Amino acid sequence: MEITIIAETSGDGLHPVTGQLVGAAGSLGGPITVLCPGGRGASEASDISGVSKVISLEGDCFASFDSGAWSSAMASCSQGTVIASSSPRGRELGAQIASKMGIPVVQDVTVIEDGLMLTRPVYSGKAVETSSVSPPFVVTLRQNAFEEAENGGNAEVVTVNNTSEVSIAVKEAIAKAGERMDVSEADIIISGGRGMGNPSNFSHLNDVADIIGAAVGASRAAVDSWEEIPHSMQVGQTGKTVNPTLYIAVGISGAIQHLAGMRSSKYIVAINKDPDAPIFGVADYGIVATWEDALPSLKEELGKL
Amino acid sequence: MTIAVLLKQVPDTTAKIAVSGGRVDQLSVSKWSTSPYDEYALEYALKLKEAGAGNLVAITCGPQRASKMLTDAAAVGADSMLHILADTSEMDSEQIQSILAAAIRHCEAEIVLCGKQAADTNSGSTGPGVASRIGAACVGMVSEVEVEGGSFSALRASSSGNERVSVSKPCLFTFDKAATELRRPNVKGIMMAKRKVIETVSPQDLGVEIGDSKVNIESQNSPPEKPPGQKFEGAESVPIVVLKLREEANVI
Ligand SMILES: Cc1cc2nc3c(=O)[nH]c(=O)nc-3n(C[C@H](O)[C@H](O)[C@H](O)COP(=O)(O)OP(=O)(O)OC[C@H]3O[C@@H](n4cnc5c(N)ncnc54)[C@H](O)[C@@H]3O)c2cc1C
Ligand SMILES: Nc1ncnc2c1ncn2[C@@H]1O[C@H](COP(=O)(O)O)[C@@H](O)[C@H]1O
Repeated sequence: MEITIIAETSGDGLHPVTGQLVGAAGSLGGPITVLCPGGRGASEASDISGVSKVISLEGDCFASFDSGAWSSAMASCSQGTVIASSSPRGRELGAQIASKMGIPVVQDVTVIEDGLMLTRPVYSGKAVETSSVSPPFVVTLRQNAFEEAENGGNAEVVTVNNTSEVSIAVKEAIAKAGERMDVSEADIIISGGRGMGNPSNFSHLNDVADIIGAAVGASRAAVDSWEEIPHSMQVGQTGKTVNPTLYIAVGISGAIQHLAGMRSSKYIVAINKDPDAPIFGVADYGIVATWEDALPSLKEELGKL
Repeated sequence: MTIAVLLKQVPDTTAKIAVSGGRVDQLSVSKWSTSPYDEYALEYALKLKEAGAGNLVAITCGPQRASKMLTDAAAVGADSMLHILADTSEMDSEQIQSILAAAIRHCEAEIVLCGKQAADTNSGSTGPGVASRIGAACVGMVSEVEVEGGSFSALRASSSGNERVSVSKPCLFTFDKAATELRRPNVKGIMMAKRKVIETVSPQDLGVEIGDSKVNIESQNSPPEKPPGQKFEGAESVPIVVLKLREEANVI
């Protein structure tokens, strides 16, 4: 079965999840082509072991995001089963490419088993669904759910020029407050809730994040109560779904809608003064303490590492 | 001009999800609601209607119970309602999209609003897939849209924050959470809605042959239980937890 991977890009380079897509594709067998929209990350992609070909897809339409135009330009270069990341962009492209190729799409898969059994969380993680599907199909994969392929490949890079008419004009870019890493890209996240008391106390979370290279997230109560905490930081049902290796929840009660966005994190640490807070039900390591007491010590201990 | 909003009825996000016989037990769902992002799509569809962009039709594909959601939409101002009566629970992306695309054509809608993902499937396939089927531009992850002359201005999430974009019809917007109040029906609206008739059709009525699903659901299960965590009292335990994160979990 031929496999086409839609490279996930970050800035002008490759997003690390692309290596995981290649790792997952390896188990399916068949030659792997990585398609780099706008040519971004093409040389990095050719380094990934297991990749047989990289298509550096260049065209005017790749200057800004328009999933209709991108998918039209990409569908003709996509052979066989198509794999993308389950990022918002990956999902949108995956769905459009599927409909243009006349094949089904299965989103946000966390496990691929023999016989093409795809498992994915549904009902906000309150259930998991396993489906069987025969190729070709489009599948998007959840970040950090698959082993990353190693580097050391040497695939040929072919440049293809293909574009399509763009219908979305970007008028203005509104940058995020601060330069912080986005929660959906981070491997470690420290999030604060209403228990942080006021938004300026998030500086303590920033301090911890700086030490361990984490992104800072928030509960909806924090986002809704304080203007300084943007919605882009919100984790949960109506915020972002995250899947980091470590999630530290500080002053967050653990409402079902918050858990929906973070319960599949590999390890969860909770700091909460209420021993009965539901967040302790999902935490691997719970610390019953106020953040005022716990965070200084956390900073100190992490600083020692 | 016609504006369409796609609404899906899902178990309320606070409802418990039980599994029996390898499927989520629909009968045990205590409360059904409009999928959360669809509510924002509806709110902005109403704003577009009020700005004179056209008549608003609320569309759903689902079982009989889903009609309540359409009546609720009419109570806050949707002009008409289309219910495609079908069980979508085992449908694949192509099947549901072909039905909804046909429904949009049937209503001659050129502006479509929907949720970025449904709270049951959690997919995010339908909006982009439908857009491609009806030949509309797809603007994803939108949290605001307004009429701007003959076109539309929308705020969408981008990798570096937000972007304001401009797009002309035919277009489809998939909605994220937005910073707006959702309107609730008042008595007058509810009375008016009762007099409105829901157009109820089958996929066949729309000329859609849905065929077989290419994605077969083998099973739905409860998520695997995590082993119980370890709980420590007091800030004195922070060094222990950090040590465990390093040595047991190996994550820092
Ligand atoms: C449709 C819908 C969608 C939603 N989507 C989301 C979503 O995406 N994300 C989300 O997070 N929520 C969401 N919610 C809201 C959710 O139900 C909760 O209201 C919210 O998560 C609560 O946030 P919180 O834990 O910060 O606040 P609270 O529930 O108020 O909890 C604060 C916690 O802080 C603790 N605390 C207080 N002081 C201290 C201190 N000094 N030190 C340590 N701990 C302290 C308290 O013990 C308490 O447990 C949604 C709700 C609905 C209805
Ligand atoms: N059966 C349906 N009826 C009406 N709208 C739907 C239906 N299924 C999906 N949608 C719309 O498409 C969005 C995304 O759904 P999904 O692709 O399942 O995540 C939903 O938020 C709805 O707006």
